[in-house]
Amino acid sequence: MRLVADKLAVARGNRTILAGLSFELEAGDSLVLTGPNGAGKTTLIRTLAGLIPPAAGALWLDGGEPDQSLGEASHYVGHLNAIKSILTVAENVGFWSRFCGGAAPQRDAALAAFGLSQLADIPAAYLSAGQKRRLGLARLLLAPRPLWLLDEPTAALDAAAEAALAAAVAGHLAAGGVVVAATHQPLPWRNQRQLRLEPAAPGP
Amino acid sequence: MLAMQKLSHRLANPSNFMALSGRLLPLCCGLAALLLIAGLGLAFFGSPPDYQQGQTVKIMYVHVPAAWLALMIYALIALSSFTLLVFRHPLADVSAKAAAPIGATFTFLALATGSLWGKPMWGTFWVWDPRLTSVLILFFLYLGLMALRASIEDEALAAKLTAVLSLVGIAILPVIKFSVEWNSLHQPASVMRLGAPTIHPSLLWPLLVMALGFMALFAALYLKAMRNEILRRRLKSLRKVAATGAGAALSQQAAV
Amino acid sequence: MSAFWQLLGRDVLIAWKEGGSIGIALGFYLVVVVLLPLGLGPDLNLLARIAPGVLWIALLLSALLSLGRLFEADFEDGSLDVLATGALPLEAVAAAKALAHWLTTALPLIGLTPVLGLLLNLNPDAYGVLLATMLAGTPAVSFLGAVGAALTVATRRGGLLLGLLLLPLFVPTLIFGIEAIGAALTGADSFRASFLILTAISLAAVVLAPVAAAGALRFQLQ
Repeated sequence: MRLVADKLAVARGNRTILAGLSFELEAGDSLVLTGPNGAGKTTLIRTLAGLIPPAAGALWLDGGEPDQSLGEASHYVGHLNAIKSILTVAENVGFWSRFCGGAAPQRDAALAAFGLSQLADIPAAYLSAGQKRRLGLARLLLAPRPLWLLDEPTAALDAAAEAALAAAVAGHLAAGGVVVAATHQPLPWRNQRQLRLEPAAPGP
Repeated sequence: MLAMQKLSHRLANPSNFMALSGRLLPLCCGLAALLLIAGLGLAFFGSPPDYQQGQTVKIMYVHVPAAWLALMIYALIALSSFTLLVFRHPLADVSAKAAAPIGATFTFLALATGSLWGKPMWGTFWVWDPRLTSVLILFFLYLGLMALRASIEDEALAAKLTAVLSLVGIAILPVIKFSVEWNSLHQPASVMRLGAPTIHPSLLWPLLVMALGFMALFAALYLKAMRNEILRRRLKSLRKVAATGAGAALSQQAAV
Repeated sequence: MSAFWQLLGRDVLIAWKEGGSIGIALGFYLVVVVLLPLGLGPDLNLLARIAPGVLWIALLLSALLSLGRLFEADFEDGSLDVLATGALPLEAVAAAKALAHWLTTALPLIGLTPVLGLLLNLNPDAYGVLLATMLAGTPAVSFLGAVGAALTVATRRGGLLLGLLLLPLFVPTLIFGIEAIGAALTGADSFRASFLILTAISLAAVVLAPVAAAGALRFQLQ
């Protein structure tokens, strides 16, 4: 299982903000994207998720299911948590779990891993920012996906929650998954390859 | 077909388009002036007044071609939109953006002349005659396109969404026309129709000449509008570059 | 396929929990219909003649109110991003949400219609055919509305713009719906044709509108 990018170019609107990007990630690898705001970290993650078509170059997953797009093989956790305020924690988890093809044991495990089991029947609107982030991240454990795409996953997390995320990522990598994460802060798991993105120099 | 493809390829470069349109524009203006004057002349002096409607039937020579143009221009916008979404032709959006206000104006002209035509005949400024109603709804479709484009700041996104809307519009337009015709056929109330009198050769020629004149007029306005849009976009990107250059210079100064 | 039903179920659950928005649509429907006799005078014969048209138009306006928010919540909380990357095609996502709108907004509005028909002195023979045309025609409203909602999901002034975009699209449904009612009441032959065309428009909308809506959504997720 490998994630391969070959001379990938990434565009935001009509402007190409990254070009000539090539990397190969093997099972168990994690790639951490750093760089100032506007450098293209989020845009690159969204391109990997399939939300933005690449401006040039190729991007593919070796050893994944055939006919499966990159997005279908990944869990994308962006800045936003993708939770519905009016539904309870359990209802949110239940929906994503069934939508992604997960099962009940994984739901309970995900809630437990991120310390949300006590909050299961509370409407998501009443959660704190940290708790909402944990709920958003819990989606990662609901169903197995080879690729995890995380955009600033540790924002709003306290130390305990960071540890929970680290444990989840470590488990995923140990099972042969790949993680690509964009961040401003150091991320709490080992075996990270770093890629620093710089904004394009202004020119004609 | 191949020639068309080669032409559109060559025109994909805005500079080529500017050069070609620069030469075509005076021609179109001249042709438009010629045809419209000839058409109006034929309309007023060459064709007889209708025995029922008198001289007011002459409004038909503006109303009918304007309605034809309104429809043609929407079809052109739909074609440009298709070209944008499928072939990503660089000038496709410029074409759609330039044509919309012109199309809306021709539509409004058709509505206004239709209204003026109806007044002497029926005593009111508006009748829900099938053609007028279809043209009115077409006017709303145009307004929708322009309003949607205006509401989106990101120009590239606005181009694509407006393209989707115009394709939905062209798909539903035949259904709308059909439904409006159906409505007038089945309503129990008396049907008011702004029908043109049965087409007699002496009436046909002025109509065709006016139609061609309007087409030439549209071509002139359209090319001019496209040129303006291309220049506006060039200006915008130059300004952007100047701004980022100034910004970089500023941060370098601050660093020093 | 299961993912489609999960999404539909979730949207119905949310609408159920958020009762308020269905209430607003029903309330608006009531207000518009009540304004008519107040504005036109209580001439029962006049009201009876215009009742089918008034009810249809009021229904369209009420549906318009809730369509604006069809994709908005999912767009703003990031759910749409996840839905778009999942195994369910975005076209199916759009169809599921349009269907949810039909179930949770159009059907309640249709349910309230007989009561409002009483207010307008609707011809007793017309009740059945009015409801039949609404059931046949409102899928077009929900699904074409989804296209409009998709185009305006990111703009701030979506509400008013949506009305301008959607009204031309609703015209055929409105015309054939009213035609069918009129033909049924006078026993004309054209009832069958009008009703079938009305249904055909709805079916075409159900099939084609999700494609346009998904296209519009994709562009805004980029």
